[in-house]
Amino acid sequence: MTTEVGSETEVKKDSEQLGPDKAKDKPEETSGTPGDQKSRETSSGEAQDSSVPAPTSQSSPSSQKKEKSSPESKGISRFLPPWLKKQKSYTLAEPRDEPKKKATGEEQVVEESESQALEGVAQPRRSLEEATENRQNDKEKHSVSSAEIQPSKEDGKETEVEEVAEKKEETQEEKEKRETKEVQTAEIKIDSIPKKSPKKIKTVQCKVMLLDGTEYSCDLEKRAKGQVLFDKVCEHLNLLEKDYFGLLFYENSEQKNWLDSSKEIKRQIRSLPWIFTFNVKFYPPDPSQLTEDITRYFLCLQLRQDIVSGRLPCSFVTHALLGSYTLQAELGDHDPGEHSSDYISEFQFAPNQTQEMEEKVAELHKTHRGLTPAQADSQFLENAKRLSMYGVDLHHAKDSEGVDIMLGVCANGLLIYKDRLRINRFAWPKILKISYKRSNFYIKVRPAELEQFESTIGFKLPNHRAAKRLWKVCVEHHTFFRLLSPEQPPKAKFLTLGSKFRYSGRTQAQTRQASNLIDRPAPYFERTSSKRVSRSLDGAPMGISDQSLLRDFSATGGQAAGDKIIDLEAAGQAKLKDGGREEDESPLKTPQLELTQDGKDLDKTQDDLLKHQASISELKRNFMESTPEPRPNEWEKRRITPLSLQTQGKKGDHIFQVKTLPGKEKQWITMPWTAGAKPEETDKRHASRAEGPCTGVSDADKSSHETLDIVEEKKQAEFGIEETLVVDETNKGKMQVATDAGETCKVEHVSQKDSSSLPSDSSSSSSSSESEDEEVGEYHPHHRAIEEVIREEQEEEEDMKRKEHEEKTQHVEAIPEGSKLNVPVEHTQVTAEDLVQDNTVTVATEEKNLSEQIKQDVGEEKKEEQLKLNGDVSHVDIDVAPQLICCSEPPVVKTEMVTISDATQRTEISTKEIPIVQTETKTITYESSQLDGNAAGDAGVLVSAQTITSESISTTTTTHITKMVKGGVSETRIEKRIVITGDADIDHDEALAQAIKEAKEQHPDMSVTRVVVHKETELAEEDED
Amino acid sequence: MAGLGGGLAAFGRCTHAVVRALPESLCRQALRSVAGPEVDFARAEREYQLYVGVLRGKLGLQVLELPADESLPDCVFVEDVAVVCEETALLTRPGAPSRRKEVEAMKRALESLNLNIVEMVDENATLDGGDVLFTGREFFVGLSRRTNQRGAEILADTFKDYAVSTVPVHDSLHLKSFCSMAGPNLIAIGSSEAAQKALKTMQQMSDHRYDKLTVPDDAAANCIYLNVPSKGHVLLHRAPEEFPDSAKVFEKLKDHMLIPIAATELAKVDGSLTCCSVLINKASE
Repeated sequence: MTTEVGSETEVKKDSEQLGPDKAKDKPEETSGTPGDQKSRETSSGEAQDSSVPAPTSQSSPSSQKKEKSSPESKGISRFLPPWLKKQKSYTLAEPRDEPKKKATGEEQVVEESESQALEGVAQPRRSLEEATENRQNDKEKHSVSSAEIQPSKEDGKETEVEEVAEKKEETQEEKEKRETKEVQTAEIKIDSIPKKSPKKIKTVQCKVMLLDGTEYSCDLEKRAKGQVLFDKVCEHLNLLEKDYFGLLFYENSEQKNWLDSSKEIKRQIRSLPWIFTFNVKFYPPDPSQLTEDITRYFLCLQLRQDIVSGRLPCSFVTHALLGSYTLQAELGDHDPGEHSSDYISEFQFAPNQTQEMEEKVAELHKTHRGLTPAQADSQFLENAKRLSMYGVDLHHAKDSEGVDIMLGVCANGLLIYKDRLRINRFAWPKILKISYKRSNFYIKVRPAELEQFESTIGFKLPNHRAAKRLWKVCVEHHTFFRLLSPEQPPKAKFLTLGSKFRYSGRTQAQTRQASNLIDRPAPYFERTSSKRVSRSLDGAPMGISDQSLLRDFSATGGQAAGDKIIDLEAAGQAKLKDGGREEDESPLKTPQLELTQDGKDLDKTQDDLLKHQASISELKRNFMESTPEPRPNEWEKRRITPLSLQTQGKKGDHIFQVKTLPGKEKQWITMPWTAGAKPEETDKRHASRAEGPCTGVSDADKSSHETLDIVEEKKQAEFGIEETLVVDETNKGKMQVATDAGETCKVEHVSQKDSSSLPSDSSSSSSSSESEDEEVGEYHPHHRAIEEVIREEQEEEEDMKRKEHEEKTQHVEAIPEGSKLNVPVEHTQVTAEDLVQDNTVTVATEEKNLSEQIKQDVGEEKKEEQLKLNGDVSHVDIDVAPQLICCSEPPVVKTEMVTISDATQRTEISTKEIPIVQTETKTITYESSQLDGNAAGDAGVLVSAQTITSESISTTTTTHITKMVKGGVSETRIEKRIVITGDADIDHDEALAQAIKEAKEQHPDMSVTRVVVHKETELAEEDED
Repeated sequence: MAGLGGGLAAFGRCTHAVVRALPESLCRQALRSVAGPEVDFARAEREYQLYVGVLRGKLGLQVLELPADESLPDCVFVEDVAVVCEETALLTRPGAPSRRKEVEAMKRALESLNLNIVEMVDENATLDGGDVLFTGREFFVGLSRRTNQRGAEILADTFKDYAVSTVPVHDSLHLKSFCSMAGPNLIAIGSSEAAQKALKTMQQMSDHRYDKLTVPDDAAANCIYLNVPSKGHVLLHRAPEEFPDSAKVFEKLKDHMLIPIAATELAKVDGSLTCCSVLINKASE
């Protein structure tokens, strides 16, 4: 097992490394179904076992675990394969060939496998669950929380597939896994040398492409934070002035994301391979103020990449001049004897290098005689820094009229370009607030001299993720260049919804101060001219790898732009709809909508309970943030229309999440709350189930979704007003309350409301997704350092706020619901809120403060908990407070909760007996904590699948995107609920596999983090569809 | 190497100037935005000769004078047909169709100076050099009746090192009808509402904070700044006889060598000081 597990996690690496070989061997397998993956996994596990002693033992357990887990839920095993396949497949395929890889993989896997194996191998699901719970609490929290909590955590993109399906044999799955593993490895073509010896510590091999084109690889603890890797890289580079730099990872090869050093790597990269690019993040406006030459050297390397890639446009003359300095720095004085006529052609100075340019470079090179490398670098920088696009981070967007523009973030502010022309500019001092909502990006601008009112300017980004990315970049640049010290999370002054993201590093002022303290002899470093030359000979200019990346990016950027356009259209429509809703929907309206939704939900729940007696499988998958631009559109579309069921399920989740959130808070604060939460969970489950089955209700659900979105937006908008925020919040609260009151809705409704109300709550799967999209990131750069308040919004903060709102709403809701369970929960929530408020300085900032405070106070644990709570209700409950589970008693339905995490393979079974409806519900959750790492290896490995065809099976898919921001890291989770309704004849495993494949195809960027299978079997089978 | 124009220190450096004699057809056929008294050709030519004399004799520039072309009544306004920045010259596509042929002679002249020539061949693009304000740090391009977005884009493509910002110009012929550079970091700007609005736009668009020199008369805001090695800051501005109030403002520039030059006649056909020359810095050779 351990080996398997390790293989899974490591698989990425291994697959990357080995990938090519195996890929060759079994290209088909990659596309293989989950079953194939499993088979591969097993095989790989075997191989690992043979190769690595320690892992072997574990490997067997893992298989056993799987089997064990499977026995209870036979179908589960089948379901599991996809993840396992993904994760394991990466590692597994290679392990055979390379024990080392296995070992590395083992480490990662081992952790999970160990836990699983130790705990769960022989033990039934429950035992596994319990054992895993512990670890889950520790480790799984991340995975679980991330997956479940979708909204809040970075891992955010997690897909949970919940299916109520028949039990099937694991063997098939295993086979599939094996195949998939092989395929995956093949897909992962990265050749990395696994240096790891069999360790039981979960480690992942990271590759970092350095600016000189070389590659740095190291092993990191799986749960290591970004800072660890960054520090390692900087140490490797002997770089002290590192605050200007950062690590990038790419999703889709289009979108680059900065690794947040304060957050765990795996949650950020999710399913992406652990491959990073060391880049300049903040281009110092005056490089001469850098303290060390080595820092300038790396900046030079970055700029050379930027120039060659075309990102930094230069005139012919400038290309030649900069090229000549490059030659001087790397080759020294021009030597007619040594430097033949074509010595220059080995270098690349420009995207389109001509003979004429090379001649000019050579000519200029001769004039630099006597310049030392450091001097040449300085001259290079003195010229490069004047380039208009120096340090400008461009983002595609559209203006309010749909015209393609580019938004450039730089040290001084935000630049607006149309084609190559600058059409506007907003300096940081002029910007009062930066926010994003869904795929819209807003800046509130200080009134002009003769104007009295502030104006808000909106831009449409290709998708929500792009908007959030832009927002984060803005926040970071503003903080770094404009503030003296990182801004503390706004506590008392403003109410903020949304992400709590803030730039946590040192500002330029701080790093300069620190640099002044640098007291070491100028470090020796080698300028890698020869390397470059050799590479350049190969055809790749500077750093091949880097360049390729750059090129890819640029290319992708272009493609992305095209895609974006399309996306924009779709998104735009969705947005328009949303906007219309928002505008049209007054608070009153929203409540009504909610009510209707709730009513429907209630009906559904009841109906569902009755109907769902037949086998119902719900597939939930969470995708990582990596969702490409188009995806959001898809999500939106889905949300708009068919997702109603999903939303319901989500609602339930939300409820749980809400509860959980408060629970987290409360846990610290008050204990009683937890008990309440569990019941809710059960309720939620029921509701979700009911919802899932009720396809007919979808319309209502849809409406509810819409309303939810609207609500969120409204909230956001309200929050957006800084000064009026408090009022808004109160209004919001009122609104929510009103809605709640109006709603006789069930807990589920409440949850929805909560989610909706909580702008950023990614926690709620359904609403979360919407909310994420809708999430507003607000950042108030008040004039200069002191007052600038960043309202980020929303991801975490919003979540918190939402949670708070949820709490409120829950209270209200709970009353209508009349369920005892709900009531206690409400109280707890209320208390939590009160506490929070008290704790927090001002009411206005209550939500944010609460969230922030809580987060701060509780620290990561709380976050994790929250995340968990947000993520999957069931998981949350289990993970957070197993105790709670015991306490909660669902009224009607008997529910078995089986949670299997790939890493830990936890099996949680909560059985509740409900008097009214006799329904057996089994929930199987497959969590791949490793998925992140694995996913890193192959984001698209599992994607091979095709659409699920449900002849006799009705499938409803709900997708929720939740983005959580922790300390600056944003996660997007997508939950999909697939309801497979049918007779026992249906092959649930296949259906699940197909569903997973579909999900992957739909969201190639994302990785499946968690699959929760709810299986409801009615004693008297009633099939809705 | 100076590189990128050598920064502000090199702003205003100039070794060569391209001018073009004025044709007699200018008096009757030159384009003019406002009907008015006919141009006194003899007086116009005297003013022109004084102008060229200052550049050549007083400032020591190598003046390349192109012959007049009677078929091109506006040919004296060479500024509109070429934008030269450092070693690169962009031959424009003037917004007025009647002026497009003016480019040919300018092309030959600039080629003789070994500049990198870029021609604006896009038939959808129009650009008058009078709409191009180069501050030493960046370009501002007035979007006017003579200059369109496409023309500005081509300019941006030509001078990739610099930011190119667009400025709407409504009430004037050109952007530089009411502004110009009066120093390395100094923008001379007219007092009209349109001029002040344009200045605000430019200030907002720029990462840099420019000093401004506000003069009462928009036309007087068009002046020529040169950095002449032996003379330091040199400013050619409209004569006190023309704009006494504005001249007083210029006279407050203590560090500048002020050279008043009248352009009374050419001003009747929308001419100004900058219009009549293309300044080129070939200092590197």
